[in-house]
Amino acid sequence: MTRTGLATAFLLSLFLLAAPARAQQLVADLNTHLVAITTRFNGAEVTLFGTIEGGGDVVAVVRGPERETVVRRKSRNAGIWLNTRSVSFGNAPGFYQVFATNPIDQIVPASLRQLNEIGVDELKLSPVGRFSHEEVPDFRAALIEDLQAEGLYGHGTGRVEMRGDKLFRATLAFPPNVPTGTYTVQVYLLRKGDMVAAQTTPLIISQTGIEADINEFSADQAVLYGVVAVLAAAMAGWGATLLFRNA
Amino acid sequence: MDFEIYLPIAQVTQNVFVLLAIGLVMGFLSGMFGVGGGFLLTPLLIFIGIPEPVAVASSANQLVGASLSGVVSHWRRGNVDFKMGTVLVVGGIIGSLGGVQLFSLLRRLGQIDLVISLSYVILLSTLGTMMMIESVGAVLRASQPGARPRRLHQHSWFHRLPFKMRFRRSKLYISALLPLSLGFAIGVLSAILGIGGGFLVVPAMIYILGMPASVVPGTSLFQTIFITASATILQAVTNQTVDLPLALIILIGGVVGVQYGTRFGARMSGEYLRVMLAAVILAVGAKLLFDLTVPPDNIFSVAPRIE
Repeated sequence: MTRTGLATAFLLSLFLLAAPARAQQLVADLNTHLVAITTRFNGAEVTLFGTIEGGGDVVAVVRGPERETVVRRKSRNAGIWLNTRSVSFGNAPGFYQVFATNPIDQIVPASLRQLNEIGVDELKLSPVGRFSHEEVPDFRAALIEDLQAEGLYGHGTGRVEMRGDKLFRATLAFPPNVPTGTYTVQVYLLRKGDMVAAQTTPLIISQTGIEADINEFSADQAVLYGVVAVLAAAMAGWGATLLFRNA
Repeated sequence: MDFEIYLPIAQVTQNVFVLLAIGLVMGFLSGMFGVGGGFLLTPLLIFIGIPEPVAVASSANQLVGASLSGVVSHWRRGNVDFKMGTVLVVGGIIGSLGGVQLFSLLRRLGQIDLVISLSYVILLSTLGTMMMIESVGAVLRASQPGARPRRLHQHSWFHRLPFKMRFRRSKLYISALLPLSLGFAIGVLSAILGIGGGFLVVPAMIYILGMPASVVPGTSLFQTIFITASATILQAVTNQTVDLPLALIILIGGVVGVQYGTRFGARMSGEYLRVMLAAVILAVGAKLLFDLTVPPDNIFSVAPRIE
């Protein structure tokens, strides 16, 4: 997609998604909607901020792009550890983190948590392909544990801080290994166990600059990329012999 | 100021100096021992956290430049048998075609990491043991004056194969099937393991084909250029795992390291060099084997599905 195309799609989605915020009880936004991964990318922080009317608790759910993810289990065969079983989950978000003003089990009823997938335990991860039902919980737990260890799924809940009665803010931290794609930040306003307002804001994380070009090139023009890679290495090797010829 | 670089295909951040140092060490060893060093580069890249498939493909990419820079000096001295090299390359390209398909299949099955590690363990331990026995023997023989040199090669069944071809530069009249199948084997290994195969081709050229020692390094490096080039392009097309910035950084360290390695190697005796190389090879093999047999910290692993 072109840059202007992205911007238009983004503005349109902002408009559509902002509309349901009933009577402006909740207004939320991010300080940036584009995180650029460059050569020197070492993680990024995005600030979520906004206002609420009439008090209540704020919960924010950050979800990365979904992708089919395979969980494999090793077992020992003839002294060697090798992958023997696997379960594939069709729709695992590449990033998942919940932020809230108070512990979510105190402010969000279980039914709402389940419906809106608030909290890692509520993530709807559906196995695809061949699998046996009794194995799924173990593999699901392994998936979540692995992504938590990589810093991609949150351990528990991040903090949404209130400034006075109306203003809130939260710092969304993305590690260096964050997957690229379109993220959504869903913000909910809860009052006495009721969800009184909701708003969704998109966030795009993408490679930019030369590494984005290289990555895109390698995917779109694979043959040409391979030839260029060979020629570049050959020229570097040839150049080196000229450089050291008289050394 | 930090020197971290984000590698676009590996999708990990690495310190530039760590990569340069790996290239330098690799180049030093390859200059000292006269082998390409791909069989050490791929495991080293895996040790620092580059995903296995990317390590293999980028290592092959890097070897194109490294072997080209190495072949030039042999070429100037006329020590390259181009006819033999071409037959090896034809076999090699066919082999890398098959190898990349096999690589792709193993990757989908989730067994590629195991196959890469296990192949390295088998290859390195066999080669290291053979070299160790041979070179220790040579060191001992050197201290006993009057020992008779061995015959260059034995004539056996494979010298009766059809499609005989004359290789003037190597002073040989042998079946083209021999270098063709040797090339094929190297092609498969190059695709799966990211190696140029120098450490296999060199002994095979001497002991199986019976080529004169003077043309062996030049011809081996010549075929390495083309086999690794074909493996690189095929990996780029089939698996999209060639990380060009990674390959180039290693190459920069490598070409510098080769210069020092060559000078250092020239001052040491061949037998001791081979004992040391055998020790390095055995150490890398032992580390890989150890990693396969110790219970993993986590028996589960998670990866995006590859189509």
